[in-house]
Amino acid sequence: MGPEAAKKNWVGKPLPRKEEDRLLRGRGKFADDIKLREMLYLRFVRSPYAHAKIVSVDVSAAEALPGVVATLTGAELAPQVQPFIEIAPDPGGKIKDYALAVSKVRYQGEPVAAVVAESPSLADDAAELIQVEYEALDPVIDGEEALKDASILHEEAGTNRVWRGVFEYGDADKALKEAAYVVNIDRMHFHRFSSTPLENNVVIAQWDPKDERIYYQCNNSFPSFAIQFLAAHLQVHIDRIRVQTSDIGGSFGIKITTYPQMAVCAMASKKAGGRPVKWVETRSEHMTSSAHGNERTFRDTRVALDKNGVITAIVSRHIDDCGAYPRYEPLGCVIWSQVFPGVYRFKNARIDFSQAVTNKCPVGPNRGYSRMQHLWFLERVVDICAHELGIPPDEMRLRNYIRPEEFPYTTPNGCVYDSGDYPKMLQVAKGLIGWDDWKKKQAEARKQGRVIGIGIGTTLDSGTNNFGQSQIVNPGAPFSGNSQGANCKLDIYGEVVVAVGSCPQGQGHETTAAQVVADVLNIHPDLITVRTGFDTERNVHTGFSGTYASQFAVSGLSAVHGAAQKLKAEMKRLASSVLNTKEDDLEFGAGAQGPEVRARSTGKSINYWGLANIVNVNSAVLPVEMHDVTLNCRYIWRAPFKVPDTVKKYGSLTLTYASQLHIAVLEIDRETFIPRILDYVAVDDCGTVINPGIVEGQVYGATAHGIGAALMETCVYDAVGNMLTSTFSDYTPITAMNMPKVKYGHTETPSPHSYSGAKGMGEGGAAPIHTVSAALQDALFADGIFIDDSFNNADSLFRAMVGKEISQAKQLVRVERRT
Amino acid sequence: MPETIEKVAIRLKVNGKPHSLQVEPRKLLVELLREDLDLTGTHVGCDTTYCGACTVLMNGAAVKSCTMFAVQADGAEILTVEGLEKDGKLHPIQAAFGDSYGLQCGYCTPGLMLSTAQLLANNQQPSDAQIRKAIAGNTCRCTGYQNIFKAIQRAAQTVKGA
Ligand code: FES
Ligand code: FES
Repeated sequence: MGPEAAKKNWVGKPLPRKEEDRLLRGRGKFADDIKLREMLYLRFVRSPYAHAKIVSVDVSAAEALPGVVATLTGAELAPQVQPFIEIAPDPGGKIKDYALAVSKVRYQGEPVAAVVAESPSLADDAAELIQVEYEALDPVIDGEEALKDASILHEEAGTNRVWRGVFEYGDADKALKEAAYVVNIDRMHFHRFSSTPLENNVVIAQWDPKDERIYYQCNNSFPSFAIQFLAAHLQVHIDRIRVQTSDIGGSFGIKITTYPQMAVCAMASKKAGGRPVKWVETRSEHMTSSAHGNERTFRDTRVALDKNGVITAIVSRHIDDCGAYPRYEPLGCVIWSQVFPGVYRFKNARIDFSQAVTNKCPVGPNRGYSRMQHLWFLERVVDICAHELGIPPDEMRLRNYIRPEEFPYTTPNGCVYDSGDYPKMLQVAKGLIGWDDWKKKQAEARKQGRVIGIGIGTTLDSGTNNFGQSQIVNPGAPFSGNSQGANCKLDIYGEVVVAVGSCPQGQGHETTAAQVVADVLNIHPDLITVRTGFDTERNVHTGFSGTYASQFAVSGLSAVHGAAQKLKAEMKRLASSVLNTKEDDLEFGAGAQGPEVRARSTGKSINYWGLANIVNVNSAVLPVEMHDVTLNCRYIWRAPFKVPDTVKKYGSLTLTYASQLHIAVLEIDRETFIPRILDYVAVDDCGTVINPGIVEGQVYGATAHGIGAALMETCVYDAVGNMLTSTFSDYTPITAMNMPKVKYGHTETPSPHSYSGAKGMGEGGAAPIHTVSAALQDALFADGIFIDDSFNNADSLFRAMVGKEISQAKQLVRVERRT
Repeated sequence: MPETIEKVAIRLKVNGKPHSLQVEPRKLLVELLREDLDLTGTHVGCDTTYCGACTVLMNGAAVKSCTMFAVQADGAEILTVEGLEKDGKLHPIQAAFGDSYGLQCGYCTPGLMLSTAQLLANNQQPSDAQIRKAIAGNTCRCTGYQNIFKAIQRAAQTVKGA
């Protein structure tokens, strides 16, 4: 490579992804592709009931089947393990959670027993032979109903309310008293859905009797969290557990909470004499029992506004439904408050937040986790108020947005928004969609009886959590701050090798990490090897390592950058001694002998092979004062967080705030009631962009998830807790036929909180859900129809427009006008 | 359930290579490809013929290999993702997906590329609507399809130009 190439600044370039080649050739290594010697296959037996007592489990027929090696039941497992750690304080903390149901089942699809056999089909056959007798109990399907405690899921806890907390800032009552308008909204509801990665969960576990270690190859996306839960549950030293991931077929947060299945596979392997056990989840298992996103109901909302439509206070009661077991929850009870005021300036608020267990699949982090529910709520409030007060929705937003000159902006609950320019994003988005034109077309179409709406959604994607927020939920929780590890080394022959504690699922970490190191060392990214996947044995993970919560661009790349800097400093010391010159005489780049360090004054150089040689295999020539040089540099990046004030629920909860502004134009067909998107714009601001191609791809992906969730994808349960959308054919993930063309735009406000100015991104704040709801609201407000649910399809629109079954503005929204 | 299931002898060509195998009648084509032939580039994403992660070409037509028994492929010629490249060089469809950021996790990609191969074999100037229809049976959860549309257009151009 010529010196030309070496001069390039690699960060900021749309470099092709390093991951691509193997994936395109069908040589990706996904967990299900792995076969081990003597491997056995595991199947779960799952509950057909949502809520029932287990009377008996009979495994004898299954065990008698040739080829079956072992069975496991909850009753057998429980005495050998500790219940999983609960993050909730009491009463939620009293819940006893095991990987296989012990005396009762609490959702349809809950694992009751497991069987391992010599082949997958034998395991299937054997699972059918396991007889379980149940005694049905009253199911509780709705979060608000659950809080009445008529039928209790977890007797140990004594209540279905896992957690309750009041988030209060400023003086909302005073603001309500002094308001020119008070808008009352009775009830709104954010539906349950899942981002359903295309690859299902997979676990291969081996509890090896030779060294008493547990080896996992799997696609869990937050392994350092999983090992903390597993070690305590299985009562083993945490270093006994090795977790490796390779290519992962999407996660979107859903693959964080697979530690119960991981536990069962390990115990099954132990019982099978240490043979490796593989479990490959089917899609219907995934739909009924992997993880769903949080469902939330917003009750008794009161919004105070001044005479100009500026919101001065919001008071509301929120009920979050976390399904049968809280697991990663109740972190969702506080994570929404990272974006407490959304993009708006109001200072006074009181949110009374409860979380309830119900007889449905447990929830887990799902792209946009816990914040999108709240952001949707705020966007609905803004739109409903705008329409009621007769203020155009764009104007309403401009009056209420946090202003560009106010950044860094401290929210009422102490979060610091690093940077942003929402009015500019609105302007860019309006330009891209042709706002004025559409407004005209909309008016004309209305005259012809067509129903068209134009909606805006403004959201935030908060990235790099302060885990100290767990202490707001449970002051005894031993977590705070955030960190990520990386290692950068010259290998024995001088190759640059980078390892990071993340486990990407298509976000291109191998590429972006190489871009960062390439800039530090001033060499081509192709000369840098970035290790694929996660491995506890690389020793670069901290307790927070994984890939989740929109943070790699900040935490991951900061760690990589730190490790590369450390390596560079060592290389400088060594080269200055070898080349007999001062460190500031040295320059990095590539020469005839490959990557090298050069002395400007003499033109002499030493290449990476030479440096690595001295340290690794020719160490007698290494000067004594350089014996601490390893050229193998581990760096831990730590976010600059403090523990939040847990009483006032106040503090900095996340480091970066990427923002999204979407606009949708949508028409509801008068005959079929099918909503169709006519035009769509997505504008994104994630600070300094590391790789524009990757960022744009993440925006499109998040947009499809949001549009799918708004119009097509919902987890439906019937009154007794049967899940009615347990296959893709029922759940209908968005396809190429339903995905509109998206016009992409971007603005850039660099973050002062990350070394590169980048902000974490990838979750996208679920902007399309808010935007589609806004467009529907805009289309239907004139008919007195009020969009009170985040999910709307032809069926619900038919009922709203013809049956008038859906809540109507007149009943559900009441405005007190005091001017 | 019968104690032993009688196996059936089948012959087929996969990526140009002939195979004769004994398979259980209930074995799916995708299982044969992944388990018996170790061609793990073909994936499984659902159990109701929705997602197309398992798409392969059978005698030139795109089929969902999770919805066919292996015995139904007796005598057939199958093309999987592993058979797309030639002498180590990427097929134009593979190159176009790579160049257009047409993949993220890559789990759906093999199936999508084979649906694309079928489309372009019959139509080298597909319209936007024809592209959408050709991949209607392929779910991608990562890319939002936008860059896949671009990739297919780009591939059409190279295939046409070739
Ligand atoms: S796995 Fe074949 S269609 Fe989904
Ligand atoms: S790239 Fe992940 S499913 Fe398509």
